[in-house]
Amino acid sequence: MSAVETAISARKDAGSGALIGYLPVGFPDLPTSIEAAVALVENGVDVLELGVPYSDPVMDGTVIQQATQAALAGGFRLRHAFDAVAAISARVSAPILLMTYWNPIIQFGIDKFADELLAAGGAGLITPDLIPDEGADWLATSDRTGLDRVFLAAPSSTEARLRQAVTLSRGFVYAVSTMGITGARSDVDAAARSLVSRLRDVEATSVCVGLGISTAEQVREVLGYADGAIVGSALVKALADGGVDAVARAAAALADGTRLN
Amino acid sequence: MALRDENGPYFGEYGGRHMPEPLVAAIDEITAAYEASKVDPTFQAELAELHRTYTGRPSIITEVPRFAEHAGGARIILKREDLNHTGSHKINNVLGQALLTKRLGKTRVIAETGAGQHGVATATAAALFGFDCTIFMGEVDTERQALNVARMRLLGAEVVSVTTGARTLKDAINEAYREWVGSVATTNYIFGTAAGPHPFPAMVRDFQKIIGEEAREQVLALTGRLPDVVAACVGGGSNAIGIFHAFLDDPGVRLLGFEAAGDGVDTERHAASIERGRPGVLHGARTYLLQDEDGQTIESHSISAGLDYPGVGPEHAWLADIGRAEYLPATDAEAMEALRLLSRTEGIIPAIESAHALAGAIRVGKELGEDAIILVNLSGRGDKDMETAGKYFDLLDATE
Repeated sequence: MSAVETAISARKDAGSGALIGYLPVGFPDLPTSIEAAVALVENGVDVLELGVPYSDPVMDGTVIQQATQAALAGGFRLRHAFDAVAAISARVSAPILLMTYWNPIIQFGIDKFADELLAAGGAGLITPDLIPDEGADWLATSDRTGLDRVFLAAPSSTEARLRQAVTLSRGFVYAVSTMGITGARSDVDAAARSLVSRLRDVEATSVCVGLGISTAEQVREVLGYADGAIVGSALVKALADGGVDAVARAAAALADGTRLN
Repeated sequence: MALRDENGPYFGEYGGRHMPEPLVAAIDEITAAYEASKVDPTFQAELAELHRTYTGRPSIITEVPRFAEHAGGARIILKREDLNHTGSHKINNVLGQALLTKRLGKTRVIAETGAGQHGVATATAAALFGFDCTIFMGEVDTERQALNVARMRLLGAEVVSVTTGARTLKDAINEAYREWVGSVATTNYIFGTAAGPHPFPAMVRDFQKIIGEEAREQVLALTGRLPDVVAACVGGGSNAIGIFHAFLDDPGVRLLGFEAAGDGVDTERHAASIERGRPGVLHGARTYLLQDEDGQTIESHSISAGLDYPGVGPEHAWLADIGRAEYLPATDAEAMEALRLLSRTEGIIPAIESAHALAGAIRVGKELGEDAIILVNLSGRGDKDMETAGKYFDLLDATE
């Protein structure tokens, strides 16, 4: 079992599920993004998802777009992702996944990127714009290195595609809660529950739901049927508005949703 | 296998479907509808009838001897896509995809636009078919193409000014994708160029290849032989692949694509993706891109909004690699000079995009001399560019 699977399954064994927290590397600057990520873990986040800023983030809504564009404008370079993973993993034990669009990885070199991520203490990659159909190189590299590979499953995915995502993902399957992009929503779509159920039908054992989750109540609701809840924009907004203290409080509040009533 | 028979998803190492999973079902649906339409005589007849009675096809060819005097005396023949309804080649593709939208049972279309040509064509088709329509356009482009914004709104479309990133065509595409992910059940994305994920490169090409098929016959009828050179401007590359395709398996015909070189390919301000880019993945396809060493897209620059794009269609990337087509730069200054020259010598005002191909034809004509026949795709007309040209040539001062 990978470190991510172990972390998720430990929370399941305790009767609940995992909280996965997203923040972009380099926002508002590299040192603060590291402090903020550490604060997430210290306040109840079980798995970290660190975003790699990219010029054309087609799956991201306004909050994350603005943060990642600010990181790029502030001088983010790809190597900072390894610096951040190394610094965070030296301080906290939660496994760290990078969430990255695919072109930067291709340009860096898939094998070289994987080796450096492993050396920094990273656990794997979430790849929003890489479907397994186009991922032969990454499948081979992740098999060689043992890094986790998280593919997306969507409400629109066919059963065959869900099965493919389940078979080829390691760590967890990222269940996209709604047909849309990242950003807080008042209701987590009923489509999420149905999607997780369809993923269970094709024997998924580790499913985390993301997109639109921003409150402890939503986390609790999602963990009623999924193995993990992924929160991004709400944390990024807290960091943007109130700095590390605010994002720590936001994480603690969200983590309340992982506790049994 | 003939080069003309390449249909994706890959062209050599280029193309593919580098897409977020939520859009795969929609792409599969379009792929199926497009494959069915190719062998459906009813669909083909419907599209041909629309082109005959609405687009104004076939478009004519025009030989331009007074212009050609400035191009080494070569025979220069223009394929007049500027005379199509809505003023450019974009309508060829839009009507095809609009018919597919109807077959998919969807009631709303979205599109990106750079210069506004594709947006106007899509808004036009939406009016004709009764679709709701939203067009995404970078804020920079809404400013330099304000008249086209007004045209789209007059046609009933909503125009969304995109304020993210570089606020040009690539960002309009990003925003259209984001909108599509959330609305795919009712909405079809009418993509404007022969780029993006499969099936768009092959499908858009198939809807544009009528340009070359007509022109090949027309040039043969006029001159008794095939042209020596076929020239077109290349942004995403739909007009270029449209006129190249019929000639791909004619080895004696040189195919020349002219990329926007802006201030020059040795400056930081150009859009020459093949000349100065390297392979990567953007907007669903592996192709040549302008990007930094980290794979971040570099903002392109061109005086023509329609060529201001940091990528290029994957079939062009492949044709460049195998040497079947050559891709050469043409600067803002060369294009504007060619625009003025065609206007003054022939009374035809070309789009600034198409003027890049004319600039290339002047250069190639001088190399080849008067025995050469050069076919140029005049992909659009210059009405939309009057403000840019007026400023560039200082023509707007009413007191002079």
